[in-house]
Amino acid sequence: MIRFAPLGRALAVVAAAGLALTACGGSGSSSDGDTSAAPTTLKIGFMGDLSGENSGIVIPPRNGAQLAVDQYNATNPKVKVELIPYDSRADATTAVSLAQQAIKTDKIVALVGPAFSGESKQAVPVLEEAKIPNISASATNVDLAKNGWKYWHRVVPNDGVQGPAIADFIVGAAAAKNVFVVDDKSEYGKGLGDAVRGELKTKGATVTDDSLDPNATDYSSTVNKVAAAKPDALFFGGYYAAAGKLLKQLRDKGVTAKFFSADGSLDKGLIEGAGEQQAEGALIGCPCRIPTAGETDANVKKFADDYKAKFGADPLIYATEGYDAMTAFLKAIQSGATTSDAINEAVGKSDFDGISKHIKFDPNGEPAAKSIYIYQVKAGQIGLLGDTMTAKLG
Amino acid sequence: MFDNLLGSFWPYTIDGLILGAIYGLVALGYTMVYGVLRLINFAHSEVFMIGTMAAAFVVMTMGITQPLTGFALVGGLLLMVLAGGLASAGSAALLERIAYRPLRKRGASRLAALISAIGASLFLQELFALVIIPHVFNRPQQGRNQMGVARIMQKDVLFTIGGAQIRIDQVIIFAASILMMILLDLLVNRTKIGRAIRATSQDPETAVLMGVDIDKVVRATFLIGGLMAGVAGALFVLQFEVTKFSIGFLLGIKAFTAAVLGGIGNIRGALVGGMFLGLIENYGAGIFGSGWKDVIAFTVLVLVLMFRPTGILGESLQQARA
Repeated sequence: MIRFAPLGRALAVVAAAGLALTACGGSGSSSDGDTSAAPTTLKIGFMGDLSGENSGIVIPPRNGAQLAVDQYNATNPKVKVELIPYDSRADATTAVSLAQQAIKTDKIVALVGPAFSGESKQAVPVLEEAKIPNISASATNVDLAKNGWKYWHRVVPNDGVQGPAIADFIVGAAAAKNVFVVDDKSEYGKGLGDAVRGELKTKGATVTDDSLDPNATDYSSTVNKVAAAKPDALFFGGYYAAAGKLLKQLRDKGVTAKFFSADGSLDKGLIEGAGEQQAEGALIGCPCRIPTAGETDANVKKFADDYKAKFGADPLIYATEGYDAMTAFLKAIQSGATTSDAINEAVGKSDFDGISKHIKFDPNGEPAAKSIYIYQVKAGQIGLLGDTMTAKLG
Repeated sequence: MFDNLLGSFWPYTIDGLILGAIYGLVALGYTMVYGVLRLINFAHSEVFMIGTMAAAFVVMTMGITQPLTGFALVGGLLLMVLAGGLASAGSAALLERIAYRPLRKRGASRLAALISAIGASLFLQELFALVIIPHVFNRPQQGRNQMGVARIMQKDVLFTIGGAQIRIDQVIIFAASILMMILLDLLVNRTKIGRAIRATSQDPETAVLMGVDIDKVVRATFLIGGLMAGVAGALFVLQFEVTKFSIGFLLGIKAFTAAVLGGIGNIRGALVGGMFLGLIENYGAGIFGSGWKDVIAFTVLVLVLMFRPTGILGESLQQARA
């Protein structure tokens, strides 16, 4: 068996080459030999952790993007769009090689993603060099916008907005004076934790801090430190897997401080990890706009219904943002742009009402609208409290 | 800096000892296999993972919505430990049969066995992520996500020591670990199979000449090591109520470190090493912050090995001590 493997692989390569050749021939003849004619189907990639531990916050935006593409293709446009998923498993090295594959082999014209900040830092330069416009629906690290990237955008406000907004809510609506801040040492968690610490100190709160390893399970040393500090509130910067474990161990130790976290923890996995009883009342900030059960906004409600009809699940975190990011590309293509450069230029001029917010980009790629929302866990469900500026704690 | 540690000295100590007991139980598997075969069984972390999965499966099957009490609780706990222990012991024995024995029979180098161990470890992780968690646990497309386990018992505080609240589950975990250690110590020192294990670790060739069936000894070693890891897995699920396909990775490294700290090949050393590591980690975290936990633990490992290369208690399975 083993001996035949190389031969089999060689055959596969020959077969693939043959297919590629026929494919070229086919497209050549259909466009009457005019090689400069616009292709009838453009490929747009979606990159993020689609099967890994944090896929819970990447699959909804992927579905949102898919929904946008399907709705667009259903209108029978001149130029159709195909969505190609790239599963980076949130690993920067994988993201870089997938980006290269997407550019060289699949010849994508645009990309929604990369989903997380760590992988964005490594993979976006590759996209930038190949001049592929990209819009992330969920990467929130502040420094990403400081690289002078011309093809990079995002539809969520960064941690520099999210962190202080949550911190203001902690000292404002939640009236906490003594706050404990824990981060998971990741690109995302540390950046967010520091933003919260900075704002809390400016507002005169006492801040104690610690960090933890998201892959570990025993957080007793952090929990003991929290118990000793007796804070009114605790903020955790990190993802839901670690947030759930931390919250459970805090409550089991009898710590009753209000628990706050941010977008990385906005997932049902938080409630499963912590246990329904322990998770009760936990507050989670997010630059994202998630449709809730009693939705009043008609556009958001229609999106939620369409999404549910297609995927058989409620639209969770970043689903609306994934839809909006893809819509920005689709509107560009609709306006006649078919090359990466033309699409990028059109995206830069975006100005439309998306599902999550009004979509318009600053010159550095940041979104112009910067609202942060706050959610609360009640009886095992995550519900929207409102905008951090106006929401009240019941 | 130190006032934090001094202020919460007892909580740090208690949590360190309890985590250390779990490290110790897992470390036994590394240390016994090393004692007999001079092999580091890197797939042992997955044997532990299988124990946590079996215990989680029991809790899931019982369909618990409210924490149990009385006899139902005792029965549930025993079932968890039994399922964890049996699943891990079985998979450890199977691992030996498939991944190591064929190599050993052909006199392959230890390096080959090490590669085989790493391969088996990856295979088991992916097996759970791709097949068992999606299908057996009925969590499609979530094979790599953390899995919450229902709370089986109310975690009431029993008593306090110097400001540290001791919960009932912590007492159970600590007592069960120590009990398992004592039983193992008796098994190795007082029974025929124990004597065969000690003889093989001292000098395999002479042991064979004296009529020891080496395959049987190796199988028994894996079974016992697996059993200990499985019990540790069940206790882990009882305390933390989570598991996932890669749960064994970090804990495996820590347990291996505990085995080396205590003196690899030394059974009592595994317990001492586990407790020592658990305490050092927590004290280090108390002084420098939890981010420094691993740095402190491994710095201490390097220091101990510098001055006592054979670990705290030395490599003494050979010297018929334990």
